[in-house]
Amino acid sequence: MDFSYSQEQEMLRDSAAKFALKGYGFERYQSTLDQPGHCDPAVWSQMAEFGWLGLAVPEDAGGLGGSALDVALVCEALGSGMVLEPFVAGAVLPARLLSLAGGQPALLEAVASGTTQFAVAWTESGTRHDPAFCTTRAKAQSDGYMLTGRKQCVLNASNAQTLIVAARTSGEDGDENGISLFAVEASAPGVELKPYPIMGGGYAADLQFDAVKVDGSALVGSLDAGFEPLDAALDHATAAACAQALGAMSALLERTGNYLKVRKQFGTPIGSFQVLQHRLVDMFVEVEQSRSMVLMSSVRVDSSPEASVRRRAVSAAKAYLAQSSKFVAQQAVQLHGGIGVTEELDIGHYFRQLSAFGNLYGDRTWHLRRFAATPAA
Amino acid sequence: MNLDFSPEDQAFRAEVRAWIRDNVPEQAGPAIGIPSHKETQFAWERKLGQKGWLAYTWPQEFGGPGWSATQRYIFDTERALAGAPPSSPFGLAMLGPVLMKYGNDAQKQRYLPPIARGEEFWCQGYSEPGAGSDLAGLKTQAKREGEHYVVNGQKIWTTQAHWANFMFCLVRTNTEVPKQQGISFLLIDMRTPGIEIRPITTIDGHHHLNEVFLTNVRVPAENLVGDEGQGWTIAKYLLTHERTSIAGVPDSYYQLGRLREAVATDAALSEDPLVSHRLAALEVDLLALEYTNLRTLDRVAKGQPPGSESSGLKIKGTELQQAISEAQMELGGLGALPWLSPADDAHPVFAAATQRYNFLRASSIYGGTNEIQKNVLAKLLLQL
Repeated sequence: MDFSYSQEQEMLRDSAAKFALKGYGFERYQSTLDQPGHCDPAVWSQMAEFGWLGLAVPEDAGGLGGSALDVALVCEALGSGMVLEPFVAGAVLPARLLSLAGGQPALLEAVASGTTQFAVAWTESGTRHDPAFCTTRAKAQSDGYMLTGRKQCVLNASNAQTLIVAARTSGEDGDENGISLFAVEASAPGVELKPYPIMGGGYAADLQFDAVKVDGSALVGSLDAGFEPLDAALDHATAAACAQALGAMSALLERTGNYLKVRKQFGTPIGSFQVLQHRLVDMFVEVEQSRSMVLMSSVRVDSSPEASVRRRAVSAAKAYLAQSSKFVAQQAVQLHGGIGVTEELDIGHYFRQLSAFGNLYGDRTWHLRRFAATPAA
Repeated sequence: MNLDFSPEDQAFRAEVRAWIRDNVPEQAGPAIGIPSHKETQFAWERKLGQKGWLAYTWPQEFGGPGWSATQRYIFDTERALAGAPPSSPFGLAMLGPVLMKYGNDAQKQRYLPPIARGEEFWCQGYSEPGAGSDLAGLKTQAKREGEHYVVNGQKIWTTQAHWANFMFCLVRTNTEVPKQQGISFLLIDMRTPGIEIRPITTIDGHHHLNEVFLTNVRVPAENLVGDEGQGWTIAKYLLTHERTSIAGVPDSYYQLGRLREAVATDAALSEDPLVSHRLAALEVDLLALEYTNLRTLDRVAKGQPPGSESSGLKIKGTELQQAISEAQMELGGLGALPWLSPADDAHPVFAAATQRYNFLRASSIYGGTNEIQKNVLAKLLLQL
């Protein structure tokens, strides 16, 4: 057993932490909120230069071929620095999905280079987070496919030129079999986007596909076999999102500890009150438990040949962090008092990011259910 | 002991219900409980004032309807269940009782009737940057100069100061005595020169709170309530009233009811045993709070002060408000995520949930943090 990082991982972690703290920070976060789609193109190309956008892209497609743990190290730093650019939704998820589904090397190269923005359109209203629930349909035609249906709250869709859309080519709404993946230009006739900011920063959009025609080459991977790669890629994205949440939790723990030392009431630092000390200790314990879950799930997610091992690990991590991150975020706001509920301080912004994290990539209930339903190997 | 409502109370309930149903503001809905629409709020309060029901906790001699505690409770419940906004507490629940007890006749005649008619709106100048939970640490100074007090200092977290005609304010009139003894209670007209209001945007993305800067603000000495130096006693009296109204039982019933409706529209939720378990647990907690609240009302009805157990109501009441909004947000799933822009597809409760969840983080902080309330209770229980 060995929980240590390799030398390369240490370097990756250090450079990501340096970027998040020195190159980004709360001011950069606030200025990114003024950018269209909450994504600063300069930061995005910087992330491409660092190689991070290609971290989840295989080496033979121009990426770094990084592991899920490598991705997690970057994500944790981005989370602690409140980096808004859509690293998980716009780079990790599309890269894993394209490479797991197979084919389309040009698209993978585009992810790594950052020249094209991507979004994966899989969520539908009424799914309660189940990727097998897919009512969007793709009908085969002589020269390709025609897509009809709706997607809800597709992260990064308003920034994306290329959408990777899960659409049903056979089977019933909840079937795992019969889902296919299509690369669709966001500007294609019949694609309608309704973009909106989401809680905690970042943009999503509701999508409408009204008889959208794509040619045969738009199919990503094999016909009817999109569920497996989608499920696996979502597990990668979920593990990465957990690592990002861990970063935000650690930042809140650190900031709250500092605040308890300087804020005075009744003539003494409030950190001298035992009841508040215990709160901070509870936060610390939750952060450490969460760190264990992030490490465990990141290692299991790509070293496990069995899908059930991967699913259980990721669901356990997301279910745990959905709860622990909420606890840490709520305590951080409470211990900051009035200043903690203002826009002026970063605490509330971390709070909202972690609140949104709870509802993204499957909520606690959904993941507990999947964990319980997945037999241990 | 009898927990049932009398036939008279039942008839009263029917009357209140019918009137509210005919007069509830159109904009009322799941977001109500967050006072961010000034015109809706003011119009509703004036309408209640014209009916004589705005100052419903007040005795008749001061312009209230003179209702019993049970009748007030019934009114509160019917108001909330109709989705109508609660009345702003500053004039009605906080300043009103203070003036009735400590104000002189001129102050009572000048200030109470416009509050009861919904014509003048108040804000509360208590907190300061260095004096939040440690309220007695406040620094805003008021120096007597002839027939005026000259006030200098800063207030913070002043809810709806930008809407208010007046502020009731704690000021330091004596720095030579122990800190609780040097505080006085002043009424300040918000149009007085030297008052500057700066907005604070909160975690829910809206503007309810303000910083208020006071620079050489000249306040007529007749605006002092009670005696100079009596401010701390008055402040404590006021706070027990604030905390009683903070429990929010009827509004929590309304929000929980709306959540049930939203859940019923979604098979993935309504058929999920974990969801019904969660809703049931919230309702059980709400019942416990309701009956504790009723016991407090019963004490008040028998002429006793609400007492320190109102601290317990504040703790449990705000925890429950937070828990319900948390369930609204989490069960809303992706439909709860759009920020400051309602989702098309989502049920209105889910669309409003994110703002409510964020807004209500403040509820365990304002009115004295829940940690401070526990200190108050501990002191009472342990007599230390």
